[in-house]
Amino acid sequence: MSQTYDRRKFLAEMLKFPPATIVLGVIGPVKLLAAAGADEDGYEPTEHYYAMGIRVEECIGCGKCVQACKLENDVPEEPFYFRTWVERYIVYTDGEVQVDSPNGGMEGFPPVADDTFPPVAAGKEILRTFFVPKLCNHCDNPPCVQVCPVGATFKSQDGVVLVDEDYCIGCRYCIQACPYGARFLDPRTHTANKCTFCYHRITKGLLPACVEVCPTQARVFGEIGDRSTPLNRMMRMSHLEVLKPHMNTEPKVYYTALDGEVR
Amino acid sequence: MDPEHLAQLESALGQVTGFIYPNEVELHWSILIVIYPYLTGLVAGAFILASLERVFNVKELQPTYRLALLTALAFLIVAPMPLQAHLGHPERAFEIFLTPNSASAMAMFGFVYAWYLMVVLLMEIWFDYRADLVRWRQSDKGVMKLVHWVISLGSRDISPAAVAFDRKAVQFITIVGIPSAFLLHGYVGFIFGSVKANPWWSSVLMPIVFLFSAIVSGISMVLLIYYVTTLLRRKALDMKCLNTLASFLLYTLIIDLSLEALDFIHRLYESEESIEILEQLIFGKLFLSLTIVQILLGTIVPIVFLAAARFSELPNEMKRMIYFVAAVLVQVGIFSTRWNVVIGGQLFSKSLRGLTAYKLEFGGQEGLLVAVGLLVLPFVILALLLKILPPWEDATTDPDPEPSEAQLT
Ligand code: SF4
Ligand code: SF4
Repeated sequence: MSQTYDRRKFLAEMLKFPPATIVLGVIGPVKLLAAAGADEDGYEPTEHYYAMGIRVEECIGCGKCVQACKLENDVPEEPFYFRTWVERYIVYTDGEVQVDSPNGGMEGFPPVADDTFPPVAAGKEILRTFFVPKLCNHCDNPPCVQVCPVGATFKSQDGVVLVDEDYCIGCRYCIQACPYGARFLDPRTHTANKCTFCYHRITKGLLPACVEVCPTQARVFGEIGDRSTPLNRMMRMSHLEVLKPHMNTEPKVYYTALDGEVR
Repeated sequence: MDPEHLAQLESALGQVTGFIYPNEVELHWSILIVIYPYLTGLVAGAFILASLERVFNVKELQPTYRLALLTALAFLIVAPMPLQAHLGHPERAFEIFLTPNSASAMAMFGFVYAWYLMVVLLMEIWFDYRADLVRWRQSDKGVMKLVHWVISLGSRDISPAAVAFDRKAVQFITIVGIPSAFLLHGYVGFIFGSVKANPWWSSVLMPIVFLFSAIVSGISMVLLIYYVTTLLRRKALDMKCLNTLASFLLYTLIIDLSLEALDFIHRLYESEESIEILEQLIFGKLFLSLTIVQILLGTIVPIVFLAAARFSELPNEMKRMIYFVAAVLVQVGIFSTRWNVVIGGQLFSKSLRGLTAYKLEFGGQEGLLVAVGLLVLPFVILALLLKILPPWEDATTDPDPEPSEAQLT
């Protein structure tokens, strides 16, 4: 948390020191100070702490969440840029695992059970299949925030990891440091980009777009804490897993029924 | 959106094998980030070579002392350029100095760099050249007189006491400079070695491996530059000096190879979950650049060549040729070392289930042309530096006795 507002604190300190203010004023980033104040809608970040639950057993791989995300967040439509995507896992009886995510799973997946699917046609037997939606884990210990040289990627007080696109220098160290492939470089702005939990929506009390459109409620969004939200119920009632726990990133996207094959 | 870039991503997507995360089709650190550690390695290596002469009193290396310093400076001036050019927003680079994130390894770059340039290299060169600058200024004419006057910062004292002080200062800066050179390049290794998300990079050995490969590259580069400049000046090569350079190159190559082998064996033995995909990488996409170029041509062949030439009774002519060839091979090898680390580390998916491809663009901000330009630029700068600050012994008016007896050839 301490890294979160370091830059703003630094700028605020600088303001008390007129010569530095002049220098900074000339160069420009002072406009950030405007953003440092309270939200005009009265949103108070310290009163919230967000997370997401994903019920793997409910996901049918329809890809609606991916479509909704691309629309809602103006994500480039090309198949190289995703804030969220869906992976399909096919485990065969011989132990082989096949994973795919054609166009991020946006248009769903080709059927596997019949002879149009090459491995099955070739005589392979499927043991189990399942879908895994992925997105930025809004890690509590985020390596992307640690490595950002200028603090453009930061952890907000409500637990959401965000990128300041007016400040990002486009060095892409954060993309290298994220173990989950959650980030991309926006080809239009040349800055790092990723899931924000639909920050513009949740701060107004709305749900993230992907959660809103999911037909099976495989995605559950809410606050961690003592409120009786669906997320809290899910967290009480289920065995939860996170992705790559050995990385010690402390993700805040919690999965139920997560298979050991998922990386 | 840049259509050329999109077409490239399309073709990369076509070359993906296995499964990669959809955002991983684009490879983010390009050839420019290969050049960056290559250049800083040369800086650190050349400086450490120069220090050998000063601090450890390796007298045979006297002819290359100043040359090594100027080489380090020329490469250091260019080193930040590929970094800058690679940024999505080069115009915002100053933010690294204004609001550095103290937790970020990359944020320290500016400070490490500034320290090394200002405190170490420029100071050492200045003190070392000061007395000569004053003397040159007296005999110079025209522009050079002005240039030397400016560089000497107006100093004029060449009394024995002042010259003795210069020597002391150089000695002191060198002692500070050695750990700084280690820091400069060890730090570059740390930028990669500390990325825990990437099993190809994440290793405590990374800074050390970087450091030794830096020393190797610096020695061989100075050897090459000494060789070529001496021939261009139609002077005799100092065989003692060349032999010493070759010995040091040989020893550091052996250490370098042992470190790489240690790293490799360690990974193989620990056999973590990433081992399968790394195996695919090493024996597939990196086979040519790693096994053939880096290890065989860039390390083992030079070791054999150098050992054979150094400890045999070959005529000097032959020895020189072999040293030269070995040093060229080492440069090629070191460049592929950087390539294998930087590009290799991005060719496999962090899902550890598949591989992607990198195709070098020709034009464009991160293309081949820019890369070649950045590799040629240090030599242009060096040529200029050699004009302004001739490092040759015959250029100094310093009464230096002891003509090297090995200047026979
Ligand atoms: S998932 Fe990746 S981008 Fe998201 S917070 Fe964690 S490290 Fe950062
Ligand atoms: S790309 Fe932007 S957000 Fe990511 S580390 Fe660099 S400056 Fe920070």
